[in-house]
Amino acid sequence: MATPDLDLEVDCVSKHYGTHRAVDDLSLAVRRGSFFSILGPSGCGKTTLLRLIAGFLEPDSGDVRIGGRSMRGVLPNRRPVNMVFQHLALFPMMSVGENVGYGLARRGAAQPLIRERVATMLKRVGLPGAEGKRIDQLSGGQKQRVAIARSLVLEPTLLLLDEPLGALDLKLREHMKIELKQLQADFGTTFVYITHDQSEALVLSDHVAVMSAGRFEQVGTPQELYYQPQTPFVAGFVGANNRLTGTVARADGHFVELESAQGLTVQARSSGPIAAGDAVEAFVRPEVVSLARDAAELSAPVQCFVGRVDSLLFDGANSAVLLREVRTGTEFRVALPQTGEFADLREGEQVAFGFDPQRAVCFEVTRT
Amino acid sequence: MTATASADLAAPRTRLALLLLFAPALIWLLGLIVLPHIDLAALSLRARVAPRTYEFSFDNYRTFIDEPLYWHTFVRTAAMSIIATACTLLIAFPTAWYIVKIARGQTKSMLLVLCLIPFWVSETVRTLGWMILLRESGVVPHFLVALGITAQPVELLYHDATILVGLVYTSLLFMIVPLANALESLDDALIEAAYDLGGNAWSILRQIVIPHAAPGIAAGSIVVFMLTLGNYLTPTLLGGKNSLWFTEQIYAQFITRFNWEQGAAFGFLLLMLSTAIVWLGLAVTGQRFGDVMRRA
Repeated sequence: MATPDLDLEVDCVSKHYGTHRAVDDLSLAVRRGSFFSILGPSGCGKTTLLRLIAGFLEPDSGDVRIGGRSMRGVLPNRRPVNMVFQHLALFPMMSVGENVGYGLARRGAAQPLIRERVATMLKRVGLPGAEGKRIDQLSGGQKQRVAIARSLVLEPTLLLLDEPLGALDLKLREHMKIELKQLQADFGTTFVYITHDQSEALVLSDHVAVMSAGRFEQVGTPQELYYQPQTPFVAGFVGANNRLTGTVARADGHFVELESAQGLTVQARSSGPIAAGDAVEAFVRPEVVSLARDAAELSAPVQCFVGRVDSLLFDGANSAVLLREVRTGTEFRVALPQTGEFADLREGEQVAFGFDPQRAVCFEVTRT
Repeated sequence: MTATASADLAAPRTRLALLLLFAPALIWLLGLIVLPHIDLAALSLRARVAPRTYEFSFDNYRTFIDEPLYWHTFVRTAAMSIIATACTLLIAFPTAWYIVKIARGQTKSMLLVLCLIPFWVSETVRTLGWMILLRESGVVPHFLVALGITAQPVELLYHDATILVGLVYTSLLFMIVPLANALESLDDALIEAAYDLGGNAWSILRQIVIPHAAPGIAAGSIVVFMLTLGNYLTPTLLGGKNSLWFTEQIYAQFITRFNWEQGAAFGFLLLMLSTAIVWLGLAVTGQRFGDVMRRA
């Protein structure tokens, strides 16, 4: 039954705390050598899931298989899995070399072998000769590498990472993202990475699972999640999005016409069967919306609106503008084109904007 | 110019304020610790040659060496104190671990209060409590007979083990508090990480928990050892005539025999003993006194 190239299979696993379902009948499979992320807001159960895989928690039902072998009843120190902790949990009472060699020593490896393996591993993570250093002599990025080296030296089937970049400042986090991806490609170990930061998940992963309230909303490549979200939660959580709620005025199978509570009518691609009169929400990405000083410049499939500039959000390449639709006051976030064409845009100015209905997506609101 | 002048004016005033702030501590140190010890040192180094005439001499220290009873008591007190400290550590460590790492919320604070409650009663009353429990006609021997374990009531007082029980009981809190402080600062993730990397309970205790808690262990041990070594009441009441505690010798010299010179010499020997053993303990475990006191 176990497919040979799956390193991790989670099979209908549940974990309850009282009546709260932290992990709710969840299944997933991770291919050998891939970088898999679990993305979700805090409290969605992703840490519980990670601890179930690591063995710090036992599932109430279901099974976790690692490398095709069931982990039921196998303690964390016997699983072919290692974990990089949120605050890294390096041992401050030991040197860098002792930290990296700890797992090997616990396995009863001979001292010369440990020394050799530790030296090789430190070289591979870019810290050659750091064995004698104390942990508090390292920078944030170096600690990160030691934590990863400490786990990878044991050659685990699976490396679990629990938001290890969370404690770093922005600049270092961007840098470590790239480094982490390179390390994973270099070692070829399967990484399971949990984070609440969608940019980390999108940049690093081969596959991402978006998690909410103990369940996966959608599992797919970063591109799939971004361009073809399957649920309103994914559309709202992954990337920035304009969200419009209302009822369906017209539906023709592929497209719907949504009328918002403020009276704005927009067309969007429908996701799943939607009939007229349904309560729906539509999502439009800021970069899908095009701007024009003259409405005639916007080409045919585009539906046009007129907006007044509410505020300018300058952020280099990620600059955007907040528009208020003139007639209904609906707010839109629109990305500014890189060409610098609208660099002279001022607050209060009126502009035309519009988007292709094919690139906006509409979901039926599920009542809970 | 004016700035310098005002600074000059301010300087003596600041110095005076500083002096006044330090005054209570200085008076306490000088008046209650340094001066009496200088006097004791002087006392211990003189011998009475005729009524009201004294001479400088090492006689008091020589008596200690020549008289086997004295140095036997001395060595015995030291050994028993070390054993008592070790027993206290062995009991306090799991207790502190449970309070800090396992108990949650209300249970946690309640357990700490439970440790503290016995100290609301004076040491004498607490020790008398033990006597009520352990004496031949007391509660425990009575139960042992009732349960058929012993045929006749046995005398549980006046044994070395009884003294140890009393000493450990008296010292427990002073070990639990620094240990709990030290364990509190130990991040649970370190234990999980070690476990994840293949460690077992014993290796984690040895390589992660004990090195982290070392300053707390040292601080607690120093306090408990000093309290035990200088304890008078517990060994006397629970050990009776057999207790042979060195503080009893000091008491006897000062009070019973009016031999202040000999008593002062004994006092100094006890001070040297505790200093030597604390220093040795720190040296063996590779710690510095300042670190221990700061981190405990």
